Amino acid sequence: MLIYARNRLLALPIFVFVIYFFTVVLISQAPGEVFAAGEKELPPEVLAEKLKAYNYDQSFWQRYFWTWPYRLLVTGDLPAHQYPDWTVREIMGDALPVSLQLGTFALTFAVLLGIAAGLIAARFPHGWVDRCSLGLTLIGISLPTFVTGAALLIVAGLWLRVVPVGGWGQVSQIFLPALTLALPYAAYIARLTRAGLLDAMQEDYARTARAKGLSEQAVLMEHALKNALLPVLSYLGPAAAAIFTGSFVVERIFAIPGMGTHVVESINNRDQTLILATVLIYSVFLIGFNLIVDLLYAVLDPRIRVGAASG
Amino acid sequence: MIVRSTPWQRFRRQPTAMVSLVVLVTMTAACLLSLGWSRTAMRTADLSAARQGPTWAEPLGTDELGRSMLARSLYGGALSLTLGILSAAIAIVLGTVYGLVAGYYGGRLDGALMRLVDLLYALPSLLLVMLLTVGLAPRLEALPGLGKEAARLIVLALAIGGVSWLSVARVVRGQVLSLREQAFVEAARALGVGTLGIFWRHLLPSIIGPVIVFATLTVPQAILQESFLSFLGVGVQAPQATWGSLAADGVRVLSPHGFDWWLLVFPGVLLSVTLLSLNFIGDGVRDALHGRQR
Repeated sequence: MLIYARNRLLALPIFVFVIYFFTVVLISQAPGEVFAAGEKELPPEVLAEKLKAYNYDQSFWQRYFWTWPYRLLVTGDLPAHQYPDWTVREIMGDALPVSLQLGTFALTFAVLLGIAAGLIAARFPHGWVDRCSLGLTLIGISLPTFVTGAALLIVAGLWLRVVPVGGWGQVSQIFLPALTLALPYAAYIARLTRAGLLDAMQEDYARTARAKGLSEQAVLMEHALKNALLPVLSYLGPAAAAIFTGSFVVERIFAIPGMGTHVVESINNRDQTLILATVLIYSVFLIGFNLIVDLLYAVLDPRIRVGAASG
Repeated sequence: MIVRSTPWQRFRRQPTAMVSLVVLVTMTAACLLSLGWSRTAMRTADLSAARQGPTWAEPLGTDELGRSMLARSLYGGALSLTLGILSAAIAIVLGTVYGLVAGYYGGRLDGALMRLVDLLYALPSLLLVMLLTVGLAPRLEALPGLGKEAARLIVLALAIGGVSWLSVARVVRGQVLSLREQAFVEAARALGVGTLGIFWRHLLPSIIGPVIVFATLTVPQAILQESFLSFLGVGVQAPQATWGSLAADGVRVLSPHGFDWWLLVFPGVLLSVTLLSLNFIGDGVRDALHGRQR
């Protein structure tokens, strides 16, 4: 177990480095092009000064693989290209908590809604309730976020006027975006829960419980649910990761100043320092998160542990 | 007595899948057949008729430049569908070849190849697509003889295809891993069939089922991916339009002082209906090929 954990931990920096390397390959441009677009004929001295502030006077390798990571991680004074007065660290420091809050709310919504819908569907399998909920979940999975988000915004924000239509800072502003973000995952969790419950209701222990005289409801809630939730549990890892890193569109619709907004802006403006910072944060978060989930799983289920040690 | 039915017969017996197929075929035909008209009509601005709701003359209304939303939606649909199918095709080919190689050779090569897949899997695919577009765009736009708009579309198809192949590769690799141990592959090898021949004549026909299922499910994924990109302004650039970029325009004009609902609703509904029917068809194909799985 410890060896497994150690190996996985050792692989983490390598993974992050590989991702960083690929990103650099994809986004790096010749120094002259960086400030060429958009601005008219900078005087050469000014341009040289600007390039120097971002270390473009250094060689490719030195810039991307020593100075920038150093200024980003250690001294923290690497400026963003779009906002020369702001360091990347300050920008990320503002954006990260926003996305984390949004993600936490969305994950909670997804789990609650998904399990509730799955339970209702499995209580009356193959009936019209089940059919309706299956159809609804497929719609939830199929519809693009900007359609569901815009629909929620119009109905709740413009017609009913129960919540603000956008922005950030008040508790009431978190509901619509979090719900929008949660819907596809809630739909998937509902399907997982339903399938797990239907399987569990066929098992011997469910039959025993029925034979004991328990009602169908009691068997479902007290015996089947516990086992049906295992696949949901293992889906939570990837879901949490995807929710946290998948808020680009939702942040755009609801004008939320989170990570996603910066990702899109930095990519549109070829803001190399900001792109690299966001990619680094996302990859550390995602890989670290997967690691934690796998380790937790190995702790919970000895079979996985043995398999991993031998393979 | 065993009654054998062909996959097509089994597919035809599923009402949702059949309805979806009809919807999809109608939609595709409408978008493609009207291209001759919509290609020019979608760019024809008429400021005197700007931002008008649906009328008999303009059933889907007009946008802020007075361009016909019907033409824009049809053209956008044609582009969305084309990009989706193109990206899915790229993803399927790439993933199948990758999975074949990894599964057939196995061992260390397989380990290295699949580690890369795991790594890419961990990253948010939308971020990966955006990075790929950033990386590919300058290289393709520099190609001579390729217009800026055409280059953009190719970049998008390559980028979306370039991230959608991962699950295909995993599935194909898994299948090949077990197939290559089987007698018929060994027999082919003993007969002196080359590696390419084994891939093409023996392995590919055996894995075509799952590949088809994945292909039908990859198309809506790719369309969705493209619509997100265009929605965020990283996808097609004006004057080109897809359902995603049209919906983005609709969201942009959304304000508490009333809004032009037709700008958002029509592209959104068309896109959603297409995605839904593609997903239903994908489910239907899967059931038709594998029997019912629930």
